[in-house]
Amino acid sequence: MSFFSNFFAKKNSAPVAKDRLQILLAHERSSMAGNSDLLQKLQKEIMEVIQKHISIDQEKIQVKVDRGNDFSTLEIDIEVPQTNQADEK
Amino acid sequence: MAKVIVVTSGKGGVGKTTSTAAIGAALAQTGQRVVVIDFDVGLRNLDLVMGAERRVVFDFVNVIQGEASLSQALIKDKRVETLYILAASQTRDKDALTEAGVGKIITELKEKFDWIICDSPAGIERGAKMAMHFADEAIIITNPEVSSVRDSDRIIGILDSTTEKALKGEKIVKHLLITRYAANRANRGDMLNTDDILDILSIPLIGIIPESEDVLKASNLGSPITLSSPNSAAARAYTEAVKRLQGEKIEVTIPTDKKGFFDWLLGRSGS
Repeated sequence: MSFFSNFFAKKNSAPVAKDRLQILLAHERSSMAGNSDLLQKLQKEIMEVIQKHISIDQEKIQVKVDRGNDFSTLEIDIEVPQTNQADEK
Repeated sequence: MAKVIVVTSGKGGVGKTTSTAAIGAALAQTGQRVVVIDFDVGLRNLDLVMGAERRVVFDFVNVIQGEASLSQALIKDKRVETLYILAASQTRDKDALTEAGVGKIITELKEKFDWIICDSPAGIERGAKMAMHFADEAIIITNPEVSSVRDSDRIIGILDSTTEKALKGEKIVKHLLITRYAANRANRGDMLNTDDILDILSIPLIGIIPESEDVLKASNLGSPITLSSPNSAAARAYTEAVKRLQGEKIEVTIPTDKKGFFDWLLGRSGS
């Protein structure tokens, strides 16, 4: 559970706050400057490609992101229906 | 039956977001299904205080405008199984919060959760009005300080006149949560004390949160205080407030200088 309180309880919390803010603000500033909906665009276009081949319920898609200092990860979970239409083009 | 709670104050900086995080987490720690919603479009911070700022993909406005489903926008807390966050949009305009849109989402959330906690922005404009509009109960956050008490009085007036409940002629249940209470200053007579505030606002007291470094530390770490330091005086005060919110009758203790000791008991039960 409390990873931080176990390991860093004795340490000051301000450095943690600073790190978190720097990562967050770096992402927010770059997103304010233009590519604000990058993740949404990515998801939309990936979906369009997939939907050419199989029909998928929009509800069955989970997009997860974790913004990091050096890199971010984008995770797209798509539940593909059992009855796979293999008769696509 | 799901309960919709608004955490509001009028004045900024009194502890709405911190309290929303602490109360939401404390409720979820009892096994209840809880969602906390940030209504501060353009200036979101609940995600940051909850430590979910790196995981926001879709927000409240995306759901209202049909760009994402509710289940896609809900962020699951990594510490408490039954706790979810719905972030505010950082880029959109607050006019995006339409009454029909917000109402539809609240209705949907009521099917999935036991508690829907709406973190209001400061002020009395659209975001604040929408945060309180569908509420069954309100937690009014007040600091022992003149401008905060005045703004709380104004907010109580708005809660009683413009919310859905008020318009239907029903009463919205109100709870007073006093935050940043400094016992030493109150004892010296340099700060409004609890009785002063209760006399002026005359709504039932649900808790008193002492001014504490632990609260700031919790925000630094991105963890609700009831999770990061559950044994601190502030966390215990939040946990008790949550019990009162759930209907338990526990007397409100006024924080004293000595940490951990409650010399005085207020002969008044919360809610």
